[in-house]
Amino acid sequence: MAKEDYEVVMGLEIHAELSTKTKIFCSCPTDFGGEPNTHCCPVCMAMPGTLPVLNEKVVEYAVKAGIAMNCDIAENSKNDRKNYFYPDLPKSYQISQFDMPLCKNGYIEIETKDGKKKIGITRIHFEEDAGKLNHDEYGGGSFVDLNRAGVPLIEIVSEPDIRGAEEADIYLKKVKSILEYIEVSDCKMQEGSLRADVNVSVRKKGDNKLGTRTEMKNMNSFRAIQNAVAYEVKRQIDILESGGKVEQETLRWDELQGETISMRDKEDAQDYRYFPEPDLALIHISKEYVEEIKRNMPELPESRKNRYISYYNLPEYDANILTSTKYFSNLFEGALEVCNNPKAVSNWIMSDIIGILNEKEINADKIPFTAKDLGELICLIDKGTISTSIAKKVLLEMFDTSEKPNKIIEKNGWVQISDEGAIIEVVNKILAANPQSISDYKAGKDRALGFLIGQAMKETKGKANPGMLNKMFLEELNKQ
Amino acid sequence: MELYELTVHELNEKLEKKEITSIDIIENYLKRIEEKEKDVQAFVTIGEKLIEKAKQNPKAIPIGIKDNICTKEMKTTCSSKMLENFVSPYNATVIEKIENSLILGKLNMDEFAMGASTEYSAFHKTYNPWNINKVPGGSSGGSAAAVAANMVPWALGSDTGGSIRQPASFCGVVGLKPTYGLVSRYGLVAFASSLDQIGPITKDVTDCALLLNYIAGYDPKDSTSVKTDKKDYTKALSNNIKGLKIGLPKEYYGEGINPEVKEAILRVAKQYEQMGAIIEECSISANNNALATYYIIACAEASSNLGRFDGIRYGYQAKKYNSIKELYRKTKKEGFGPEAKRRIILGTYVLSSGYYDAYYKKAQKVRTLVKQEFKKLFTKYDVLLTPTSPTVAFDIGTRSKNPLEMYLADICTVSVNIAGLPAISIPCNLDKTGMPIGFQLIGNHFTEELLLKTAYAYEQEEKFREKHKPEFKK
Repeated sequence: MAKEDYEVVMGLEIHAELSTKTKIFCSCPTDFGGEPNTHCCPVCMAMPGTLPVLNEKVVEYAVKAGIAMNCDIAENSKNDRKNYFYPDLPKSYQISQFDMPLCKNGYIEIETKDGKKKIGITRIHFEEDAGKLNHDEYGGGSFVDLNRAGVPLIEIVSEPDIRGAEEADIYLKKVKSILEYIEVSDCKMQEGSLRADVNVSVRKKGDNKLGTRTEMKNMNSFRAIQNAVAYEVKRQIDILESGGKVEQETLRWDELQGETISMRDKEDAQDYRYFPEPDLALIHISKEYVEEIKRNMPELPESRKNRYISYYNLPEYDANILTSTKYFSNLFEGALEVCNNPKAVSNWIMSDIIGILNEKEINADKIPFTAKDLGELICLIDKGTISTSIAKKVLLEMFDTSEKPNKIIEKNGWVQISDEGAIIEVVNKILAANPQSISDYKAGKDRALGFLIGQAMKETKGKANPGMLNKMFLEELNKQ
Repeated sequence: MELYELTVHELNEKLEKKEITSIDIIENYLKRIEEKEKDVQAFVTIGEKLIEKAKQNPKAIPIGIKDNICTKEMKTTCSSKMLENFVSPYNATVIEKIENSLILGKLNMDEFAMGASTEYSAFHKTYNPWNINKVPGGSSGGSAAAVAANMVPWALGSDTGGSIRQPASFCGVVGLKPTYGLVSRYGLVAFASSLDQIGPITKDVTDCALLLNYIAGYDPKDSTSVKTDKKDYTKALSNNIKGLKIGLPKEYYGEGINPEVKEAILRVAKQYEQMGAIIEECSISANNNALATYYIIACAEASSNLGRFDGIRYGYQAKKYNSIKELYRKTKKEGFGPEAKRRIILGTYVLSSGYYDAYYKKAQKVRTLVKQEFKKLFTKYDVLLTPTSPTVAFDIGTRSKNPLEMYLADICTVSVNIAGLPAISIPCNLDKTGMPIGFQLIGNHFTEELLLKTAYAYEQEEKFREKHKPEFKK
């Protein structure tokens, strides 16, 4: 059988660090970086006799995530200990949630090439992150850094509803976007604040039974997931095609070698000996508490998208892109507060800004100017102060220097020439220098007009008002 | 009369009247320690520069602290090789609360509070001041022996399954295990988190109430501590117990209880009756499964709590290892004693997949039953009266080779921890061999005042302390 006869079935377990100011069980800061073991106290270093005290913000953020992903919020929830030994886990157990997660039975909607699709969310629970091991490159040993130990996480477990790497990518991006919108996580994959365990199995199309799955741990880039899944799907199909059986095991994706490596099989699967955390009280979530959070929820991408379509008359395509991250969406809405031209703002974001971001390989959260700056730039075009082509140059400078558009225009002397006398002077000068173009135009070659306008733009370094140039060239040519 | 023979409330009176200063008290205690510590061996660490400290705080009262309660000023070893040189970077909440105190020293215990005789200390045994061939009980054996031997005026212990009450009973002193949640556990090195509680070991009931005044109260650092009104427990002490309903659960008077102990406790019941209390036999059948339940829950939690002693950040670390697994294995093998290992293995087993339901989950169900039965009993009775221990202090070496027999020493005390109730042990008499017998009063949650009052009334009647003194028999 060919690859096309197989269906890929995937589920994702996404870990997102919550952006609370302090850790989950002590008051140490959650800031990324810092000298090793400087964001630590007796509690997160698991000194003997210390006890955890749950940061209520963590519960609030996890409930927010649950609401945003259409989950049932449990009235009663609890923490459990997950026991295992590793040097980055100072208590030798992780305080997590086992059989009574905070959120259950949710879903999110994604846009696939075949249209809208719901991906089920089995559960969302909260837990603490572990520390980090730094390995000395020169073989001098491994060093434990507990700055990250106790940073709060949520784990979002999906149903096996995802069919293939492309859907996984859309799903992961959607989850990331939601978490950013509701401001519970920074979702910085490069800093490890968003990472995913990916479960993959394959089955023959039409089969109802799930195939044996393998799990790839701690994937922290979109590209790695794409590559790893592609590799793993091929590996599993090859095994099945040659009459073999896929073993249930945990894998690690080796980006450099481009292959998955077995970490442990089912036989030595860890027994985490979960049991209820006796140091923490049961968590009771009242209906009023959930309602209160619902009332104060930021607007979600779905709702913003619908608003852009119905209120600003934007095409669905535009609305989808603008709401794909809160950074575009906030940029769009912020710019509109300054200039009332939704379509223009949308176009600038969708083509120029996204283009520059891609070219410079920077993320949307790193746009160095404000939404107001963008709004002003577009206002300047609308008022005729600058031309579109100048505006593009201004935008590039805004990316480089973070300066206000006015200042950039002034500094470079880019104010558009809209003075009739000045324009007519240029028009006459260009006409005098290009008699051939005049005869071409007279002979019906419309392209000659374009050439003349181009020459005039060159002469004025792009500052001449293109509308006025067009009008005056026509008037002068018709006189001749 | 020597100062070390006085109770703390008696010392306080003398301090108030400026008849003495803290320096006198410390000097007197240091002299006593000098005399008796070689026989009793209650201390792991004796404090330094105590006289200088007393000069700075002329009203301070010395105290002994069980060596599983974290102190910045001296080591906290849990009587384990694992923490032999460990100094905590912070003070336990109870240490912060006993502000007007001078820590005389840290007291010996069974390693990580696991045991009933203090023979499982990794450093040395502690001997019973009444007869130094006998154990002082455990795990707070050092605390009880030090108080009984007048080497500290009072002490803090911890009680997970009887570790305050049983040694108090063996050493003829008063020991209170407070309601779970009344005293902060922050800084108590955890053995079994859902059962552990810090409490006072004192010469008399008034001191017990006084020390409880210091340590009780909500602590934001301990999520299991309970918000309660600040109380002066000494105000509850009175002789009037007329009409008090005392239940005698028959399960505590059956098989395995030494006849002499049983007789002594029934005599206590009689005395209470004469003082105006109403005595009635009752029953708590779930108690028969309490010991098994206790050992499953306590070991399960211990196996997780003791995981952090892995040789990575603090404490003992194996010298030679080739892998992280070997570091863990050797550190634990060399750092933990036999009882700690036994309980870690037991606890790991009952939490393992495939066994969890049969052991841990079932134990939790029995725990609920025990709680319910007690709750029902307390609708009928104000307090329950039982022996603290089925026997008086036993000979050193007779049980340490047989763990199961050692576990039986907890049979009268564990249910209280399972249900989170308060209970106090008070000495009532000596047996024929001259060893103290203690009885236990169990109260409903947060009825420490009633318990102390009931104990106080008996103490006033019997005056055990005036009649009997430890003789350091050899």
